Parts: sequence; C-alpha cells; structure tokens
Amino acid sequence: MSATITRPTRASFLTPRRLRRVALFFASLLLVAVAWELYKVVGPEAGGKIFGWKLLPRANDNAMPHIWEMLERYGRPEVRGSDRKIWSVVLAGAWFSFRLALVGFFVGAALGLGLSILMARFKVAERGILPYLVLSQTVPLIALAPLVVSWGGKLSIGDWTWPRWLSASVLGAFLAFFPVAVGALKGLTSPPSASIELMDSYAASWWQTLRKLRFPAAVPFIVPALKLAASASVIGVVVAEISTGLKGGIGRLIIEYAREATSDPAKVFTAVFGAAALGLAMSGFVTLADLYMMRNRPKEATA
Amino acid sequence: MSAIEIDNISKIFNAGSGNQVVALTDIDLSIASGEFVSLIGPSGCGKSTLLRLIANLLEPTDGNIVVNGKSPKQARLDQDYGMAFQQSGLFEWRTVAKNIELPLELKGWDKAKRHERAMEMLELVKLADFAGHYPWQLSGGMQQRVAIARALAVHPSLLLMDEPFGALDEMTREHMQSELLSICRRTGSSVVFVTHSIPEAVYLSNRVVVMSPRPGRITKIVNVSIEGERSDATRDNDAFFRGITAVREALRGVEMSDHVRGIEDR
Repeated sequence: MSATITRPTRASFLTPRRLRRVALFFASLLLVAVAWELYKVVGPEAGGKIFGWKLLPRANDNAMPHIWEMLERYGRPEVRGSDRKIWSVVLAGAWFSFRLALVGFFVGAALGLGLSILMARFKVAERGILPYLVLSQTVPLIALAPLVVSWGGKLSIGDWTWPRWLSASVLGAFLAFFPVAVGALKGLTSPPSASIELMDSYAASWWQTLRKLRFPAAVPFIVPALKLAASASVIGVVVAEISTGLKGGIGRLIIEYAREATSDPAKVFTAVFGAAALGLAMSGFVTLADLYMMRNRPKEATA
Repeated sequence: MSAIEIDNISKIFNAGSGNQVVALTDIDLSIASGEFVSLIGPSGCGKSTLLRLIANLLEPTDGNIVVNGKSPKQARLDQDYGMAFQQSGLFEWRTVAKNIELPLELKGWDKAKRHERAMEMLELVKLADFAGHYPWQLSGGMQQRVAIARALAVHPSLLLMDEPFGALDEMTREHMQSELLSICRRTGSSVVFVTHSIPEAVYLSNRVVVMSPRPGRITKIVNVSIEGERSDATRDNDAFFRGITAVREALRGVEMSDHVRGIEDR
C-alpha cells in the first residue's frame, strides 16, 4: 500500500498563488491605463480609417480624456455649486444598484435551482420547460423592461405595493436564473449510475438522494453558473435602470453624465468605472462563496 | 437458515420488444449463512444482473428470491446487506469517516453513534489514521477498503460485491483478498462475490458458481475444499490448484459452446 499521503491541511486564505493573482490584476489595470495614454499620443485626433473602414477612435481630449482627469474628476462636485463630491454620488449609485443586483441574483439563483430540481426530478418537466427557458433568453431586455414595470405597477397585495426598484431586480433575476438552471441541471444529473445504485441499495428516498448525492455532486457545476449569474444580474439591473428611468442607480448616472460628454468628458467615465467596480464586487462576492463551497474538493475539480 | 434462496429465476430485458435480451434463465441457488460464494463467467453471463436481483436493484421477470427469510425488497429496506462495486463510489466531498457514516445517516442514527461505528469500521479495515482524509487523498486500494468499511457499517449479515478488486493492481489485490477473508471471519458475514479472476474466486470462496452467457445460466458449481484458515500459503496449496483447474475446466465447457471473453486465467 504505497501511497503518498497528504494530510488535509486547511489552506490559508492568502496563499502566494492568490496574492500573485491580485498583483496581476492590478498590473493589468495599469497596463490598460498606459495603453490608453499611449494611444492618445500616437492616435489621430479626429479618428482614422483603416482600408476605408472608420476603425480608429478619436484621440482628442473630448473623446478620450486623460486618466488623471478622470481620477481628478472624482474629487470635484457633481454639479457646479454643489458641495457633494462626485465620488460619493457614484459610490451611492453603485451601492444602490449593488443591492438591486443582489436581490436579483438571489431570486434568480433560487428560481434557477428550483427549476433545475424540478427538471431533474421529472423528465417530462425537462422536456416541457427547458425549451422555454432557452426561448426566454432571446427576448430583448429592453422590450421586457417597460412590461415588467407596468405589470408591477398594477400589483398590490393589501398595504404592500410594488416598489419601482423591484422591477429592476426582477429583470436582473430574469437574466441570472438561466445559467443557474442549466448548470445545476447538468450537475444534478452528473452522478454515475453506480452512485445512484448505492443510494438505492440504502433504500434512500429521492429527497435523501438529492441532498446527500445529487446536490453535492452538482456544486462544481453550480459555482461557475453562479459567477455567470452574478454578472448577468448586474447587467440586468443596469439596463433596467436605463430603460425604465429608475433614479438612484449607476445605470441612471451613466445616462445622465453621458449627456454632458462634450462639456465635461471625464464625468461619464467616473460612472462607467463605478459600474465596473459594481461588477467586480458582485463577482468577488461569488468568488468568496466559491472558495467556501469548493474548499474540500480535489484540486483538479476547481476551475 | 440460509442467507439467500434463489428459486427458478429468470430475467429478460426489454421483454417483447425487438431488442429483447434474455439475461438469466433457470437460476437455482441456495447460499448458506456465513458462506462465501463467487460468481464467475464470461462477459454477458448475467453475474452482475444476478447480484442486482439479490440486491433488489432489479426485479426478476420470473421466479422467487428470498434474502434473510424476507423478500429482497424488504431486505433492502431493512439494510440487511452491504454492497461494494468495482469503482469505490466514495463521495469526494465527504471525509473517509463521513463516507462510512452515509448509510447510518440515512437510517437516522445520531451523530455520536455514527461516528463511533465509523471509527470501529476504520479499525477493522486498518485505516483509523485516515478518518479525516478525503477519498482523493488515498490510494486505490485504500479507497476500496473504505468502500468495504462503508458496506459493513450497518453490520449487515450479507455482503454483495461486484468485482470490488477489479481495478486494483495484482499485489494490492492479493492483499485485499486476505483482508476481506479476515474481516469476514470476524463479522461472520455471508458474501456473494462477482469476479473475472479464477484464482481470486478459488482463494476466497467455499463454492464457485460458474456461469455461461446467451442465455445467462449456471453451468457448474465447484466446491473448493481447502483445509483450515486461508492465508498467503494457501496460494501454493494443492487444493488451491485443484480448485483452479476445476473452475477452469468448467469455464472451458463454456468455451466449447461459446467464445470466452474477459476471463483472467492466470
């Protein structure tokens, strides 16, 4: 019985590998900033053509403000005369959208999981539901957004009325549930027949088999699906804010600031970075869940 | 009381359709309590099917099976048997101890009692130091020992094993055979053991059931009469070689009528 036995060690949170990845992330940010400024030096002021195609973006300060101008803009007030600095406005907007996206993410993930369990349990359900799930994702969000708002507006249960922000969360959930439903279905049906037979030999109920075998086996499939769902919920919420005119979120700020692009070109970028930070925060949140759920899995199973 | 009574069993897959397969016909077999019986035969002879019929993972088309004096279904619900497969089938997200506790969890045992039993089983398969390890941190032979410990966790009177050592190397395999026999001596379990290997069947068994395919049936039952407790010395024993020859000849009878595939004849 010669085997190299590795004791199960609880890996520390900050391994050299993870530190290196964080360093690489910041290095790549820096690289993008350098490339941006380099292009401003060599690129054509009024844009340019390659083989007759208008491909090269304009390098003037209106279209591509300097990085330091964008950063410096954070420190100035949002509108002239106001004493509220723009960084706090963008931060508040990102936080507002983050909470909506989080609601959308959880609702979507729960819905996706529920659907996948239903489909794994009943073959008929899989055949009946799956095509509609695929179809649902082909409906453009822009078309759906006003519908959800008007449906929600008619809804009230007792004292409770549909808050406007909930429409944005619903649209986030609408994009988020799909990867979870498909990924979890694949995971729930992944255990080999020998494992299913083993559970049958223990006279385990379907529910027990789900909890003890199918669900844990599905975790490596669900984790990447959740990552997709996290970014999808952000996109859903931001697009919904824009198309329904919901105030307070980062999507609305992008639209408002873009209107001032000629007079204050750096302003819109402050909101764009806010949206990017929002996406990062969501995926960071899911990565923490990933580290927790996959902590005791064989290394080759971690993606 | 006999552990298993099989009375005129047949099993037909896809009965009545175009691709109907007669997996087993006219199977009669009685296995005494504490007896070790191997099922051997070429691929397609229905030995795994027979094991699954005993385990109530499949229903026979015809005939009757009694396990521990009950219907196979009742025996399964009562967890009267433990089962082990060629792939250890351990759950990678559970520690070794938690894997062994799985059948006990499903029976609703409380935590302390479960853990106590798991440690007892790990002592039995000599892996007590590995309770907190994960299956993927163990060698193939160790994983298979955990699978056997899991099969034995409910203290079943009957063990059903489907080529449990099939994926192991020869050295580990012989070691595991001796381990299995010593475990059975201590627990007094009856064993039905499906294998491809003639020496393995002879070394382990009181009786070797030789089966042939198309349709799956029992062609001969070879009694292995090796005196005393079996050990590594048994492998040089005359009675051991006589057993091997007898099984080989019984299989050759199969070969006359049909091409034999998948038999390890060393």
